[in-house]
Amino acid sequence: MKKKFRSHDERRFQLYFGIVLTAIVLLLAVVGIFYAPYDPYAMNSVQRFQPPSLLHLFGTDQFGRDNFSRAMTGARYSLLVAAATVALSGSVGITIGLFIGYEGGAAEAVVMRLTDALASFPGVLLALVAVTAFGGGRYTIIPALAIAFLPSYIRIARSGAKQCRNREFIEAECASDISTGRILFKHILPNIVPSVVPALVIGFSNAILAESGMSYLGLGIQPPIPSWGRMLAEGQAYLLKAPWESLSAGFMIFLTVLGFHNLGDGLSK
Amino acid sequence: MKYFLRKFMALILTMFLVSIFTFAAFNVIPGDPAELILGTEATPESIAALRASLGLNQSLPQRYLKWFGGLLHGNMGTSLQYSQPVSSLLASRLPVTACLAGMALILIIALSFPAGILAAKWHGSWAGRLLDSITMLNLTLPGFFVGVLFIWIFGIILHCFTPGEYVDYRQNFGGFLRYLIFPAIAVALPNIASTAKFLRTSILAEKGSDYVRTARSKGVSEDIVLCRHILKNAAVPAITLLGMTVAGVFSGSIIVEQVFSLPGVGRLLISAVSSRDFPLLESLVVYIAFLVSIANFLADMLMRAVDPRMKEKA
Repeated sequence: MKKKFRSHDERRFQLYFGIVLTAIVLLLAVVGIFYAPYDPYAMNSVQRFQPPSLLHLFGTDQFGRDNFSRAMTGARYSLLVAAATVALSGSVGITIGLFIGYEGGAAEAVVMRLTDALASFPGVLLALVAVTAFGGGRYTIIPALAIAFLPSYIRIARSGAKQCRNREFIEAECASDISTGRILFKHILPNIVPSVVPALVIGFSNAILAESGMSYLGLGIQPPIPSWGRMLAEGQAYLLKAPWESLSAGFMIFLTVLGFHNLGDGLSK
Repeated sequence: MKYFLRKFMALILTMFLVSIFTFAAFNVIPGDPAELILGTEATPESIAALRASLGLNQSLPQRYLKWFGGLLHGNMGTSLQYSQPVSSLLASRLPVTACLAGMALILIIALSFPAGILAAKWHGSWAGRLLDSITMLNLTLPGFFVGVLFIWIFGIILHCFTPGEYVDYRQNFGGFLRYLIFPAIAVALPNIASTAKFLRTSILAEKGSDYVRTARSKGVSEDIVLCRHILKNAAVPAITLLGMTVAGVFSGSIIVEQVFSLPGVGRLLISAVSSRDFPLLESLVVYIAFLVSIANFLADMLMRAVDPRMKEKA
């Protein structure tokens, strides 16, 4: 990759900014497990469409549920789905990428052609196909999104492995009859960590975007479980009367993506 | 010419693989389309008859060849949900998506280059930092949230347009284009940001080159060095990125059509997913993926036409 043109200070600022934002979101999600100001599922017909106040920070929705409590619970599900997606596509993609980058030859040519074909689908389209194949829902969205993110990890790991392949320490290991798996994971992987970790963190922010997009379309996390994407879509019908539900859900998505994106940028060289 | 042939073969191969992926994805799905159409109260005989008429009793490779052959002849099958040929459904929806995508692409090309060039020119100053922050903002704001914000700010608060009052392109083309402005901006913004960011990095990387030093030492002004010398080199990779942006524009418009209730290909796609209308879905997916592959191919060709150095390398 080309040299990045950022001063040390700029990078540090991005890193700290990212850490602060992600910490806020993570804190909300973790606290949400044990405590929320209101029951995120409790409907209250008297409290419908309350504007934001000290009692209801983000106001209430069309069923009188507290938007802030729902956003907290939604954070947990969004983050878990994104983490599982990155873990799945990252582990599979990096393993494939390392292997073909190291072995080269026909395997590499075939896999790269398949990867190009996969990458020529627009991301949302690929996820839609996968959702249809696996059925929509909280768990099936994970492999659906993971497939869409696979090509980027295959490419990163492959180019890293290719660069390492001809270095002397790898040749030495080849000569001393160490198994391929051991060389890949014990010796090549640690060398490409600096390029893989930022990609995983930025992938996490993309997974949040993709998950909330699918949930917005009604194909991701299903109600009554709160999710930011679904809240944004449901609130859209009441934009005129009570825009808070949509706006607060959109704000949470934005905050999370901004945080992880900056964290990833700050971590990269 | 050799390069063209090689890339063209790669394109054909990619399109072939894409069609196999798609066909496989929809044919390993549990659930028999025939049972789906007839519902739970159908008799086994009527299901068997429908299976035969849909060609479901043939082997997978046979069905693939038949489907792919039909696709090449423009016969995309019949939608289960609408009981209409997919091609006529597509023909009525395509103008909406094509206009939306076209307007978004124009915005992307018109705005991302100035934004990237200025960000590189002002690099290190407060103006550069401001531009970088705006780019970061656009990169992280999801298109559907931008869409909802537009509806709220420009539709509900400022009354620039009436949300939900879609104007049909067959009745009032001017009104239709006007209605598409905000959706197009929502589709374009994240893509403008990523292209501008890429161009900025690419320009800054060229700044240290020998030819830049030579031009400067000749006394060429900084602006002319940037526009005449650096941009020519930095724009080449950006063209490849623009080719890839077509995929991003399609992804964006699938969701943004939903936000603004535009009756385009994206909404057709979502309704096909929700009603598990496999024939429609299959053909739409392959069609869009083909368009994207062809766009990437054209970008490759354009890049080669722009950059004579590529010829020597090959």
